[in-house]
Amino acid sequence: MAETIVIVGAGQAAASFISRHTRLGSEAELHLIGEEPVPPYQRPPLSKNYLLGELERDRLFIRPPQWYAEQGITIDFGTRVESIERDTKQIRTQNGDIIAYDKLLLCTGSTARKLPASLGGDLPGVFTLRSLADVDTMAPEFRAGRKLLILGGGYIGLEAAASARKLGLNVTLLEMAERILQRVAAPETSDFIRKLHQSNGVEIRESAGMKQLCQSDGRVSGAEMEDGEEIPADLVLVGIGASANTELAEQAGLDCDNGIPVNNICQTCDPDIYAAGDCTSFIRNGRRVRLESVQNAVDQGNLVAQVLSGTDLQYDALPWFWSDQYDCKLQIAGLSTGYTSTVVRPGATHISQSTWYYADDRLIAVDAMNDTSAYAFGRKIIAADKHPSPEEVADPNTDLKALANELISELENPDPKL
Amino acid sequence: MANITWKMEDGSEISADVNDGLNLMEAATSNNVPNIEGECGGCLSCATCHVFVDQDWFAKTGEIDDIEDTMLDMTDVERRDNSRLSCQITASPELEGLVLYVPEP
Repeated sequence: MAETIVIVGAGQAAASFISRHTRLGSEAELHLIGEEPVPPYQRPPLSKNYLLGELERDRLFIRPPQWYAEQGITIDFGTRVESIERDTKQIRTQNGDIIAYDKLLLCTGSTARKLPASLGGDLPGVFTLRSLADVDTMAPEFRAGRKLLILGGGYIGLEAAASARKLGLNVTLLEMAERILQRVAAPETSDFIRKLHQSNGVEIRESAGMKQLCQSDGRVSGAEMEDGEEIPADLVLVGIGASANTELAEQAGLDCDNGIPVNNICQTCDPDIYAAGDCTSFIRNGRRVRLESVQNAVDQGNLVAQVLSGTDLQYDALPWFWSDQYDCKLQIAGLSTGYTSTVVRPGATHISQSTWYYADDRLIAVDAMNDTSAYAFGRKIIAADKHPSPEEVADPNTDLKALANELISELENPDPKL
Repeated sequence: MANITWKMEDGSEISADVNDGLNLMEAATSNNVPNIEGECGGCLSCATCHVFVDQDWFAKTGEIDDIEDTMLDMTDVERRDNSRLSCQITASPELEGLVLYVPEP
C-alpha cells in the first residue's frame, strides 16, 4: 500500500512541497489540511497590490483551487488539527476525524502578534495583517482622508504605510525601538527607508513609547503616549512581528523554542515528522535561525519533497527577501544577523543605494534599494562564498557583474598550483 | 486571449489559452508547467520563471528593461539571446501561437 503523507498547514511551504512531490511522480498519497478556508495563496501581495485593490483575489492562489483534487490529493481546508498522536502516528482534527500518517509535514506558519487586550488590542478598528481574511476585513476601512496609525516599523508596517499613502490615508507610524527596521537592517538602510516614507508623507516616530490605545464609542480612536500626548486615529494596524505556530508540535512533545527545530533535511526530532517554512528553526552559519520568508518556505518545501523521494540533499539555500514600497524596490540577499560592519555603495541615481554587510572580512548580506544589480550580483557573490573587500564594493566605479564573474570563475577554475 | 505553448526538455509540451493581461509566469504556474516557479510573484526578485522564446516570436514579447536584464544574469540555467523572465510577458492577442522553451536546471 502506498505511503500516506499528511501535510498540516496549507501555505506557501505546503504548496511548494506538493508541487515538487507531484512532479517527482511519487506514489505516496497526500492529505493536505489547512486551517484557513482557502487553498494556498501568496502572502506578499496582501500588504501591497492586493490591499490596493490592484490584484484580483484569484491571482493570489499559488495553484488553481481545483488543482489539488486533480492531482489526487485529499484536501481539508477550513479544518484545524487538534492533536498529533505520535505513538499511533495519527492526527485528530477539530471535527474528531482521525487520520493516519506514515510521514507528517508541519507547515503551520506563523501568527501576527497582537497587542494585548489590556492595551486596546481587541478594540474594533484594530487590525493585524497576515492572512487573506485579515486584508479582506481591513481593506474597506482604508479610505482616503482617514487617519491610520501603524504600530511597528518592520516590513509589514512599512509596506502597509506605503499602500495606505497611495490610497490617500494620513499615516503615522510608531516604532518603539530607536529606529525602524532595527531588528533586520543596519542604520544606513533604516535611514534610506525612513526618508522614503517621510518624502511620501508618512509621519514616522521612533523611540515612541505608547501607553495604550484609546477608544471612543466602542471603537479605537487613537493612542495615548507615555508623555500623555494623544495621537488620533480612525484605524490602527499592529505590525509588531509574528510568532511561529508551534502549539501542535509542542503538544506532541517536540521541543520548541522560537520555532520547531529541524535538522538539515527539515526533519524534527521525530524521524517521521518534518517541518517547513515560517514555523521552523534551523542552523545556518552556526546559528539557529527562524525565517519568515517565501524563499525559505519554497526551498524547505521543495527539499522535503526531494528528501522523501530518496534524494540525498541538505538544506543550505541562501536566504533572500524583497519588499516593494512606493516605487522603491528593496531586495535583500543573505542574512545580516551577526554583522560587524557595513559599507554603503551609492547607486546610479539619488534614489538607489545598497548596504553591504560584513562579519569581519566575510560578506554576508546585501540590502539593495532600487539597485537590482547590487542585489543580483551580491547574491551571486554571497552564494559562491566569495568575499570582495568593502572598499571594492563601495566604489561606484566597480562593475559588480564583472566582479561577480571574476570571483566566481576563480571558484570554478581553482589555481592549478593549489 | 492567446494560445501559448510551453515545450519542456523531455519533449513534452503544455498548451493553454491565456486571458489578456495575465503574465506568462502566472499562466505557466496555473497550468502546472514544470520548472516555472515564480517565487516572487512577478516582482523581478527571483528569476525562477526563465524561458527561452522561439526566435520568430522574440520581438513580439516586448522590450527587456534594465531590471529584467540584470535578473536574467542570475537564472539557474545560463541566459541566451532569446531569454526572458516570463512574468514580464503579458498575454495579448498578438501572442497567439507563442512557443516558449522551459529550461531545466
